[in-house]
Amino acid sequence: MKDIRYIFAIKEAMEEEMDRDENVFLIGEDVGLAGGSFGASKGLYEKFGPERIVDTPISELGFTSLAAGAASCGLRPIVEIMFMDFVTCCMDSIVNQIAKMRYMFGNQYTVPIVIRMPEGGGLNAGPQHSQCLEAWFAHVPGLKVVMAANPYDVKGLLKSAIRDDNPIIFIENKTLHAMKGSIPEEEYLIPLGKADVKREGTDVTVVSASRLVNESIKAADALSKEGISVEVVDLRTIQPWDRETVFTSIAKTHRLVVAHEAVKQFGFGAEIAAAVAEEILDELDAPIMRVGAPFVPASYSLEKYYVPGAEDVKKAVLATMERSF
Amino acid sequence: MGKPTKEKMIEMYRVMAKIRKTEQKLMEVFSNGEILGFLHVSIGQEAAPVGICSHLNEADYIATTHRGHGHAIAKGIDLKMAMAELFGKKAGYCLGRSGSMHLADKSRGIMGANGIVGAGIPIATGAAFAAKYKKTDQVVVATFGEGATGEGAFHEALNFAAIKKLPIVYLCENNGWAEFSPMSIHAPVQSVTQRALGYDIPAVSVENEVLEIYEAAGKAVERARNGEGPTLIEVRSERWYGHYVGDAQKYRDKENVAQAMAKDCLLNFEKDLLQSKVLKKQDIEKINADLDTEIEAAVSFARECPYPEASEMMEGLYL
Ligand SMILES: Cc1ncc(C[n+]2csc(CCOP(=O)(O)OP(=O)(O)O)c2C)c(N)n1
Repeated sequence: MKDIRYIFAIKEAMEEEMDRDENVFLIGEDVGLAGGSFGASKGLYEKFGPERIVDTPISELGFTSLAAGAASCGLRPIVEIMFMDFVTCCMDSIVNQIAKMRYMFGNQYTVPIVIRMPEGGGLNAGPQHSQCLEAWFAHVPGLKVVMAANPYDVKGLLKSAIRDDNPIIFIENKTLHAMKGSIPEEEYLIPLGKADVKREGTDVTVVSASRLVNESIKAADALSKEGISVEVVDLRTIQPWDRETVFTSIAKTHRLVVAHEAVKQFGFGAEIAAAVAEEILDELDAPIMRVGAPFVPASYSLEKYYVPGAEDVKKAVLATMERSF
Repeated sequence: MGKPTKEKMIEMYRVMAKIRKTEQKLMEVFSNGEILGFLHVSIGQEAAPVGICSHLNEADYIATTHRGHGHAIAKGIDLKMAMAELFGKKAGYCLGRSGSMHLADKSRGIMGANGIVGAGIPIATGAAFAAKYKKTDQVVVATFGEGATGEGAFHEALNFAAIKKLPIVYLCENNGWAEFSPMSIHAPVQSVTQRALGYDIPAVSVENEVLEIYEAAGKAVERARNGEGPTLIEVRSERWYGHYVGDAQKYRDKENVAQAMAKDCLLNFEKDLLQSKVLKKQDIEKINADLDTEIEAAVSFARECPYPEASEMMEGLYL
């Protein structure tokens, strides 16, 4: 095992996959000479050169669709969008083109593309640099949406994403970039579509993804001192999500909290809650609680009240513990 | 149009110095941790906002960018309220919600800095559409960097403005760098003026000298006000510091930074004014001392103002 930061785990995943398959290339703003705005491609330009580490003009819509065109003709692009907020500039590309190309053309074309982007608050960067928009993409048939909570996960998931033949929205979190964790020296993959029980427990299930997984673990640690046993399920892939693992956990705990950093309303938590209500409502002993940001844009000076964390998860767990049918 | 009057030149110098000194102060308070988020300064680029805003009325509009303090100051923003915004205080223009990256003052036609590169260009074009629609004589300025001209938003806006002959001036401050990469990564052309040709928009490229910019801007604003349509002005300006405060500029060699700093539009103008005896050394000292006092007062005001309360977060989302 070795210690590595999340951002370098991303780099290792891309580098290994580029070594393995010459059709894999990276494209985005300042990914080459500068090594990436957050440093995810440091050294890759020197190793692979400008043909495979492609610096672009500031043209998100153009280079995302361009990558899709290349993908449909045999290449395997990794697109870096600097902040998730900027992906809004390429919605036609992702929603109308990439997500639909395979199905719409009668399965003739495949679009093996990974679009990486960091989401979330934590930098006091205000309304246009802090958003978590994963639910938008999870709502579009044809895309897979992956979210990684730590260095081990980000490397294994990204490698699988690059090998997957479907278009994938791969979501990082800015505050996790500096996070350290242990990963094996040897190669490993983490399957898409499978959740991971990050912490076992018996009283309440917390279903989460990305940074909120780590916050939920903190909350679980604190709650264990109060005698409450929390099971933390990390979805890892929110579309398609792993019903089996989630339902199995709920069948054990009979209580559910869903937690994400995105605004609570219409977040992926709503889908989980709805599916649980449709399929295993009788397993529940108490109402489902959701954790998410308030329904308002992130603001520069109120961020600390805005971004949900361990304390919010703790409150939600306590709230569901107090209730029963 | 010709040269500005003596009084106008003194005012132009004062505003340029105000931008420089305000941003120097901002760098200091950012390093102290009193300002959070991202801070992009325009030190070295003060000539462009002053050159253009000298022709604008309060009712005219300007849409700015992430590097927008200079434009806001040149358009007359109140420094205390602007500083309060940068400190994230409730007394700020945007109630502490925006910080540096979205600074706006509707009362002076400052349509807002923008965190999305290129996004302000069509928005400014929309303001020009409104001015024409309502038959006001307002003129709009859209400011942006050369990097922003890679966005479709730039091209779509220029195309529309040219077709409709909208009263707008596109002011591109070409500082040679977009974030961490030089212009060669972003455009095959040497000058952004070449981009305007495809839209049949007259375009000029000028040095980073305030009087040159003033002259070009005068013609462009007049054209816009007379209903003759858009103009693009490229200012070959210089970025002295990193993309944001804290960017160590590892991608840029020292030579390039030194060359940028050698082209000091403020110092050059000061020399001109001394030489032509518009200002004496003592006048300059007085202007600068007064600015120091004004900026200190703004910072003290900002420091003392309260932050918004958590309970105010939801206010104003909908009417
Ligand atoms: C849509 C979008 N893409 C990327 C960014 C990140 N970004 C912020 S400023 C910048 C460079 C802008 O360069 P330029 O337009 O030349 O302006 P300058 O910073 O030189 O003033 C980039 C890429 C962004 N904010 N928005």
